[in-house]
Amino acid sequence: MTAWLLALGALLLLSLAGAMWRIWRGPQAADRMMAAQLVGTGGVGTVLLLAAATDWAMVDVALVLALLAAFAAIAFVKAQSSDGSGDPEEGPEEEVAGLSDGARRPSVRAADAG
Amino acid sequence: MTGISALGFDLILAALILGAGLFAITVRDLFGAVVFFIVYGVFVAIAWLRLGAIDVALTEAALGAGLTGVLLIGAVARLSRVTTPAGNNTSDEMRRPPAGARLASMVVAGSISGVLGWAFLSLPDSTGLRDAVADNLAVSGSANPVTAVLINFRGWDTLLESVVLLAALVGLWSLARDRDWGRRAGLRQHARPGGVMATFGRLLPPFGLLLGVYLVWAGSSYPGGAFQGGTVLAAVWLLIMMAGLMPVPRMVSVGLRAVLVAGPLVFLGIGIAGAMAGTFLGLPPTYAKPLILTIEAALTLSIAATLALLVLGTPDPSP
Amino acid sequence: MLADALTIVLTGTGMLFFFAGTAGIIRFPDTLSRLHALTKADNVGLGLLILGLAFQAPDLLTLGKLALVWALALVAAGTTAQLVARSAWQSGEQSAERSADAHDPAESTLRGDP
Repeated sequence: MTAWLLALGALLLLSLAGAMWRIWRGPQAADRMMAAQLVGTGGVGTVLLLAAATDWAMVDVALVLALLAAFAAIAFVKAQSSDGSGDPEEGPEEEVAGLSDGARRPSVRAADAG
Repeated sequence: MTGISALGFDLILAALILGAGLFAITVRDLFGAVVFFIVYGVFVAIAWLRLGAIDVALTEAALGAGLTGVLLIGAVARLSRVTTPAGNNTSDEMRRPPAGARLASMVVAGSISGVLGWAFLSLPDSTGLRDAVADNLAVSGSANPVTAVLINFRGWDTLLESVVLLAALVGLWSLARDRDWGRRAGLRQHARPGGVMATFGRLLPPFGLLLGVYLVWAGSSYPGGAFQGGTVLAAVWLLIMMAGLMPVPRMVSVGLRAVLVAGPLVFLGIGIAGAMAGTFLGLPPTYAKPLILTIEAALTLSIAATLALLVLGTPDPSP
Repeated sequence: MLADALTIVLTGTGMLFFFAGTAGIIRFPDTLSRLHALTKADNVGLGLLILGLAFQAPDLLTLGKLALVWALALVAAGTTAQLVARSAWQSGEQSAERSADAHDPAESTLRGDP
């Protein structure tokens, strides 16, 4: 059983190399972020396989990884929003209401005009 | 059979760590470099597990793959706002330091790696302090040798580390402009009420609090401890603030500052009490366990607050 | 051992979904499709893996932790997929036709702005 679990873990790691290719390639920042999410999930899976193969105390590491997996993505979408601290689900009016002019990026203004 | 699987696993893992590190410094995109850094953290956490260091793996998973990623993503976003005032694209030439600086940093990094490699190869064959720790574990007040070393046997290091963390925050805050002083740290956070982000910000914290406290509590006998638990709590607090559910505290808040210094103060206080009884930072075996838990509880709160504020940064200078 | 057989079948099947996720993130033509591929690995792949490992769990606490890891991964995957997709949608719908040449420096900004 240990051999099977470790072999599976090795295969899982190998598949994450594909996600690394996507991080390298992009092209959008969202592609890179989601590929990192895949590595996070794969990492959780690998840790669980290791835990089953060697020491169940390692499950706590999987818990921490799974809990914090979404934080980078949340920070990312916030950074992507027009003032760097918003929410992509907010409508344009709300965003404008919560903004000072200086913080708005030119690209957003152009998008609004067009 | 198990040996071959383990060898294959380790070889692939080592290749991925090297690859992630190499790509992080060669990718022609700042955000891509940050993403590779996060991925690197995940792989290194797995590597620590393979080395049997679950405590370190927990720290790396929480800090390297978690909180530092959030910090760096925010930093890249701020940088791109600062460097592209007129909407010009940030070309690689703008970001790339001159050839001389790159060569110099390559030489410095290369020599450090060389010295570290030499030091590693010339290490005498020894088990280190493992046996000494194992012999004295019974009087340390903790069944987890890592916690025993961190809080009891080498309390000095941990005390100074907690002070270093505080000093880092003081240093960061001193970068704030005078007229921003005392305002809320970081950007003005907001999210659509009832939206996906806000819902996530309500759903996750109970589990995060449970896990953070569990890690501190478990740290006295199993892998875990104040740093791991504190980092998880910091992430939870950050999420609540980022989801717009709780205001970011003001830098001048007395309560906030009390939480920030609580850990180092409690640790130092117990250390001084130990000095009066004979040894500075010495914990008497009869009270060692409750004292360790007291220190860890206070340290956890301070570490959580300090890390969260370090990620938030200085007040937004825009208004 | 029935438990071991179930573990091998379930973890092996879960691995197939991870491979499907990686294949999707490499092969699919645009950002939103790639997001879709990713959630397969997150939800089903990790779920089957955890279900398989549950047969090896030594005690109830570990079993509970395994269940919590999956629950966290599900919530995180759903949240991040939704937010990152909306963020990518807002910051440029032109990703599909531009994904051909990844090394255009203009695409290397965080937002992927033109």
